[in-house]
Amino acid sequence: MSVQSHDVQPQGVQTYSPREFHRQAHDALGNPQIRANFRKAMDGLMTKRRDSFGDWDLETLRELGANIRLRALAKLPDLLEQLEANCEANGIRVHWAEDGDQACRIIREICESHDASSVVKGKSMVTEEMHLNAHLEEAGIEALESDLGEYLVQLNEQTPSHIIMPAIHLNTDEISEILHDKTGTERTRDVDYMTAAARSQLRERFMAADVGISGVNFAVAETGTLCLVENEGNGRMTTTVPPVHIAVTGIEKVVEQLRDVPPLYALLTRSATGQHVTTYFNMISSPRKDGEHDGPKEVHLVLVDSGRSSIYQDDELLDTLRCIRCGACMNHCPVYTRVGGHTYGTTYPGPIGSILSPHLMGLDETKDLPTASSLCGACGEVCPVKIPIPDLLVRLRRESVGEGRGNVPGAGVKRTRKEAAAWKGFQWLATHPAVWRAGTAVAGKLKALMPAKLGSWTDYRTAPRPAGTTLHALVKRHQANKTHGEER
Amino acid sequence: MRARDAILKRLRERTDSPLSAPESDFAVVTHRGWSQEERLARFERWIVSVHGEVIHAPRDTWTDTLAKVLADKGVRRLALGKEHPVAAEARHALADAEVELVDVDRDIESWQREQFERVDAGLTSTRGAIAETGSLWLWPTPDEPRLISLVPPIHVAVLDADTLEDTFFDVVEAHGWADGMPTNALLISGPSKTADIEQTLAYGVHGPRALVVIVRHAAAAAGGEA
Amino acid sequence: MTPVKLYPPKPEKVYFFGTCLVDLLYPEAGLDAIRLLEREGIEVLFPEDQTCCGQPAYTSGYQQEARAVAAAQLDLFPEPWPIVVPSGSCGGMMRTHYPQLFAGSDLEERANEVAGRIHELTEFLVHVCHLKLEDRGAPEKVAMHTSCSARREMGLAETGPALLAQLGKVELVEQARGAECCGFGGTFAVRHPEVSAAMVEDKTAAIEEAGAQRFVTSDCGCLMNIGGRFAHQKTPVEGEHIASYLWRRTS
Repeated sequence: MSVQSHDVQPQGVQTYSPREFHRQAHDALGNPQIRANFRKAMDGLMTKRRDSFGDWDLETLRELGANIRLRALAKLPDLLEQLEANCEANGIRVHWAEDGDQACRIIREICESHDASSVVKGKSMVTEEMHLNAHLEEAGIEALESDLGEYLVQLNEQTPSHIIMPAIHLNTDEISEILHDKTGTERTRDVDYMTAAARSQLRERFMAADVGISGVNFAVAETGTLCLVENEGNGRMTTTVPPVHIAVTGIEKVVEQLRDVPPLYALLTRSATGQHVTTYFNMISSPRKDGEHDGPKEVHLVLVDSGRSSIYQDDELLDTLRCIRCGACMNHCPVYTRVGGHTYGTTYPGPIGSILSPHLMGLDETKDLPTASSLCGACGEVCPVKIPIPDLLVRLRRESVGEGRGNVPGAGVKRTRKEAAAWKGFQWLATHPAVWRAGTAVAGKLKALMPAKLGSWTDYRTAPRPAGTTLHALVKRHQANKTHGEER
Repeated sequence: MRARDAILKRLRERTDSPLSAPESDFAVVTHRGWSQEERLARFERWIVSVHGEVIHAPRDTWTDTLAKVLADKGVRRLALGKEHPVAAEARHALADAEVELVDVDRDIESWQREQFERVDAGLTSTRGAIAETGSLWLWPTPDEPRLISLVPPIHVAVLDADTLEDTFFDVVEAHGWADGMPTNALLISGPSKTADIEQTLAYGVHGPRALVVIVRHAAAAAGGEA
Repeated sequence: MTPVKLYPPKPEKVYFFGTCLVDLLYPEAGLDAIRLLEREGIEVLFPEDQTCCGQPAYTSGYQQEARAVAAAQLDLFPEPWPIVVPSGSCGGMMRTHYPQLFAGSDLEERANEVAGRIHELTEFLVHVCHLKLEDRGAPEKVAMHTSCSARREMGLAETGPALLAQLGKVELVEQARGAECCGFGGTFAVRHPEVSAAMVEDKTAAIEEAGAQRFVTSDCGCLMNIGGRFAHQKTPVEGEHIASYLWRRTS
């Protein structure tokens, strides 16, 4: 099969924007296929996660996971320096990037220094975050995704809809159609056939690739080791076959010691897909050494800040950086399950995306995300490192209306005079009990306090019947009856 | 200011007060206290659950088992090392067999396409295994390079039963991994797989579609039927 | 998750915080809760100046307004009696978020003290009153919807079902995805009406498919949402606050 035959065109990538959350949610809700695909997948993932922790002391393990991440964050600057020193001592070259653009430039320059025209990628959300593929494409470097889900999504000119399972929005028939259209395979429901086809297409690309680019799940400061978690083997291919390997990671992914890794790995696989372990746990500590016969001769590590050091400033927001990117919060989110990942219009969808994206993109872009939660708490309940996601959603709501600490980009963007006045009115009523007790009159006024779209309540539900009295009034009567020795 | 210094400065001079690092209690990932039988049973149950094949063999006749596996799987070209006793014994035993032995102590650049297209199976030793997750641990060497366990469609791994340990944490601690990591350390738990097509499991997406573990037992404990 | 809570012995008196939704829309549920407590020999004190716990402002990000409203409630419970709240949502606000809201302020100590006395109604009936019920109603299939706040913020997934289990003629049916949110979420239902609607559609479908003739819940937000959806669909599944249901079937 020729290398040129299945060119993908990332410039045509289908785009979604967090500004369009409502419209995108409307579209997704109206698409029975999307609804069914996500519901089925999320139901399965929830069950598998629950079963996989069966004989574990899950609370103790989560406590340890949170604790390890907190310790890493507490020592973050020192650990980053230690990681850098140990990687360099092992022969891994370390680069630092303030933002995604700078990281893209660094990566492009490494590629160009090797006259690279073809890059093969393992799954990496941070490179999605910085739109690396498009950047490389502009420089005439083709970047091919090798994780099967990412590959399918790239063939379909889309972005991932889930951080662990990028193609979870697609069903078997849709995938068959994509492979048929873009690579000429037979139309089929035979998953083994499709997998084998992708295998043979991608193997050629691995052999031809000049550079492999991967993410990192944990970077161990103590030993200068990059850990990658995967099932497919494309991560091992990406980091072993091409002559150059570039690993890209957010600065928060560092852990202090090697012994910190086993508990986090145990939490990650079970939380993500309900697996007790993944097929491969790949730990890379150096490029090919003298006498070794395979593996890249050059390994680079790009440490990307991109807003993370600003999250780091604030004690409450800091918890956001504990995330180990398992996706359990989205698997258990009733909103994500209904609207799917693309609706969020961000690299990281679902609850973690709603608390992370505002820092990466600003609240002006993402103002509908912190409210896109019923605060049901399912995300916080399953988070393997105990991030208080609902509290952080509320914190960002506070920031959006200008009642936080003002240290999130775009703070105050959602504050309108009308809504602020309404809440002041609510405050006044609720702090003037005599007025409050005016009962039904107050109830009437309260309706006026609700945000403008109260009408939408009755599109789907009958409005509650006014009680005609209040509990205050009933209690008074009840107490009077009791003193007169009668009840009912 | 260079990005590095700017980032570190922001982290060091954070707005809120300095953070204190909590101590960690690792008890939950260690102290399983399993017997050798329990370890073996757990290892086998888990690795079989993810499509790994386990074959038990006595220490002194394991190469007969290997020959049978290769014959059953239709392996004609087997890639393997030379120096490790596992490779050396296999080479000795297979010298007159129909299987062609492919040397791997060559720089990959000289035989990449051959490795990708004309090797049926790779044979490797293992350093040990983890009962709790059914995982093999490998530290590839010049004698047994990284890609041997990844590129050929079948990976045959040889495990000595007495190298099984309880947990990943136990392995990292007992073998002092932190004192010196190799270029590449691997845990392998089953053949390559994906569920990216509508949650349906498919094997061999990029790596081997079959993983066969030959578990070697010392004479006294040999013959543990699976 | 709240740490393991130690429950006091059954007190002589309790304060009752009715919540604004009960006050305005479901006053009978509040009165029935009071009757249940009184039947256990407890004198129920109803501070007249109570209004709202402040949660709507809090979850909308209006922190100052929420704090002012919450502060106004802190003075209502001067004696050390437990405070019973017929809602996991408002109870969760008062127990979990009041301490956060007033952390570092002059009111911190009082907020912590009040928070420590907050009990959701079913929690109080089960763990403090050790309530014993005698069912006098007709046989019926009922689904329980435990609110997300009761379930996750207050850790009370079991108390509602435990009370219903005492009703001999009531068959508690198991719904698919019983722990999933009904889609109310306070202002969520108005800010994201379509997503909320999709959630409540699934919830009503699950309750109906479970064969329930009625659903009960310990939160009036969920009651208004799920009940409103059933009414809108003209499905004859009635909803009721658990306080009313228990009182009605045992009095």
